[in-house]
Amino acid sequence: MSLSKHLRSAITEEMDHHGGPRAAMLESLRMIQQEHGWVSDEHLEEAATLLGVTTAEIEDVATFYSLIFRQPVGEKVILLCDGASCYLNGAEDVRDAVMKRLGIGFGQTTPDGKYTLINICCVGGCDHAPAGVIGRNRKLVGPLTPETIDEILGEDAK
Amino acid sequence: MSAEQPLTGRARPDRRPHTLKEWRKLGGYDAVERGLKTMTPEEVLDTVAAANLNGRGGAGFPAATKWRFMPKPGEAPGDGPSYFIVNGDEMEPGAFKDRILLEAVPHQLIEGAILAAYATHASEIIVLIRDAYRDAIANMTRAIAEAEKAGYLGKNVLGSGFDVKMWVHPSAGRYIVGEETALIEALEGKRAVPRKRPPFPAQSGLWGRPTTVNNVETVSCVSHIVGNGAQWFRALSKTEEGGTKVFGVSGRVNKPQIIEAPMGTTAAELIERAGGVSGTGVLRCFQPGGGASGFLEPAEADIPLDFAHVAKAGSMFGTGTMIVLDESACPVGVIARHMAFYARESCGWCTPCRDGLPWVAEIMARLERGEGRMEDLEVLRDTVEIAGPRGRTFCDLMGGAMSPLGTGLARFGDLFEAHVREGCCPIARDYGRAAA
Ligand SMILES: Cc1cc2nc3c(=O)[nH]c(=O)nc-3n(C[C@H](O)[C@H](O)[C@H](O)COP(=O)(O)O)c2cc1C
Ligand code: SF4
Ligand code: FES
Repeated sequence: MSLSKHLRSAITEEMDHHGGPRAAMLESLRMIQQEHGWVSDEHLEEAATLLGVTTAEIEDVATFYSLIFRQPVGEKVILLCDGASCYLNGAEDVRDAVMKRLGIGFGQTTPDGKYTLINICCVGGCDHAPAGVIGRNRKLVGPLTPETIDEILGEDAK
Repeated sequence: MSAEQPLTGRARPDRRPHTLKEWRKLGGYDAVERGLKTMTPEEVLDTVAAANLNGRGGAGFPAATKWRFMPKPGEAPGDGPSYFIVNGDEMEPGAFKDRILLEAVPHQLIEGAILAAYATHASEIIVLIRDAYRDAIANMTRAIAEAEKAGYLGKNVLGSGFDVKMWVHPSAGRYIVGEETALIEALEGKRAVPRKRPPFPAQSGLWGRPTTVNNVETVSCVSHIVGNGAQWFRALSKTEEGGTKVFGVSGRVNKPQIIEAPMGTTAAELIERAGGVSGTGVLRCFQPGGGASGFLEPAEADIPLDFAHVAKAGSMFGTGTMIVLDESACPVGVIARHMAFYARESCGWCTPCRDGLPWVAEIMARLERGEGRMEDLEVLRDTVEIAGPRGRTFCDLMGGAMSPLGTGLARFGDLFEAHVREGCCPIARDYGRAAA
């Protein structure tokens, strides 16, 4: 499946905007991911062609940034904070409970394709520790407890 | 309230940002009018210098001193703009202060950025914001569009002859992006690996043009300084360093929160305002300024928190967002989490950091499991010695990582040894994990 017309024009527009093709690479990847959940080889190559950069150049950027996904992810990405303030408030109990409930570890996706679980550094929600961010809009959730994880898992996937 | 809390006093509890119209009613953009219509760039710069505004991004470098390195029009070699960059990458463990300033009071940041750009002769402002702060990205983008429409951004702002553009660059993860030269690489569409200095960004920064990078909170102070004067700003503080500080208190406290208070407020007072120590209720230690700041102990809870006083006590004021540990929390466990974080976030450019940090993280994990050996402690001490603060690495990520480790070893050496001797975490044994 190739990129939608809308995405293609957004990418070209981004390039004219600030700083040219190189500077537009990350934002292009972000836009692709926002629509498709992740960045496939096909989409990466198409973006490279649109921007007039090499696949290697755009891949270099795509693989450096931890929140550009180069593998398919679940409908809902759950990013659990493993920072110190969350650790001090029981983040690892929450982590264990989520892993048990979903049957997956960090970096994995459930077989039904619903959830991907990833650990992330401090999400700036230390006043809601233990915290996490979920879904494509990175909604801040917390304080999490092993007892209330079903609420987060059940929330709207957006 | 808002006189004492200029930065957060106008923020709504639900963080819903003001429209430009609402912000104008609260005195918004008055300082921009004043700065651009009645002051020269040099006068704005001198006012900020007289206010003793130190950078709030971690190092506490005086803002105006950095600004003075920026060339005046005609002095910069070649063609092209100068850049003013706002650093909103906030990812340090325990740091959650820039989030509120970006989300709830975006117009305050725009005001400060316009004045800062004016003072540094920059005509393009870029706000880099981390991916996880989606509300911040949306709110800033909207506020910039409003300010542009109202003529505070664009060509010939308020008839001053000053042209300035502003936009948001959303990032996509990786802590190293917050390091200012790595951030510049990121904006150029490269992997965010720090640059060699010199040349400093003011000489050759983004696209080789003169560039200044400041933290969100630093920039948010500027309109207040220009609007109310340097003396007023200095008087907000209890110490020599000007202003209030947007402190954060988290970890083992009952009501973790952001507290804007005078620079120089003590940890004891902030902890009390955050509902007191949780867990056992007894303070064991704290990191005053995020993950990369060294540990301090209860005896130091009464020192005024500012860059100079905290440095004198052997730590670093850093981001001013403290992490609190009660008696039932183990510093070895906290350090182990920090080391895993810094190891993961190393950009991989230089060897001590790329290879040393994973090793250190592994040793810390082993210690915590009760499988550590006494020789391990020597390795940790040697690493601190070799790569410690201002050590032999390309950027400060490794040095930052060594501050909690070094101060942890120095202050809680017996606890490290007890982990080895007793083959377990003695604190977890005595208090149980339930305390967590
Ligand atoms: C690894 C690393 C990460 C950093 N992350 C941030 C950050 O997220 N935000 C920030 O303002 N400064 C960060 N800094 C500091 C910046 O390099 C720079 O000093 C700062 O943005 C300057 O702003 P200030 O002078 O207003 O403090 C980081 C530094 C290092 C070494
Ligand atoms: S100290 Fe670490 S993060 Fe900094 S340049 Fe070296 S490898 Fe990269
Ligand atoms: S440490 Fe988890 S949100 Fe800050």
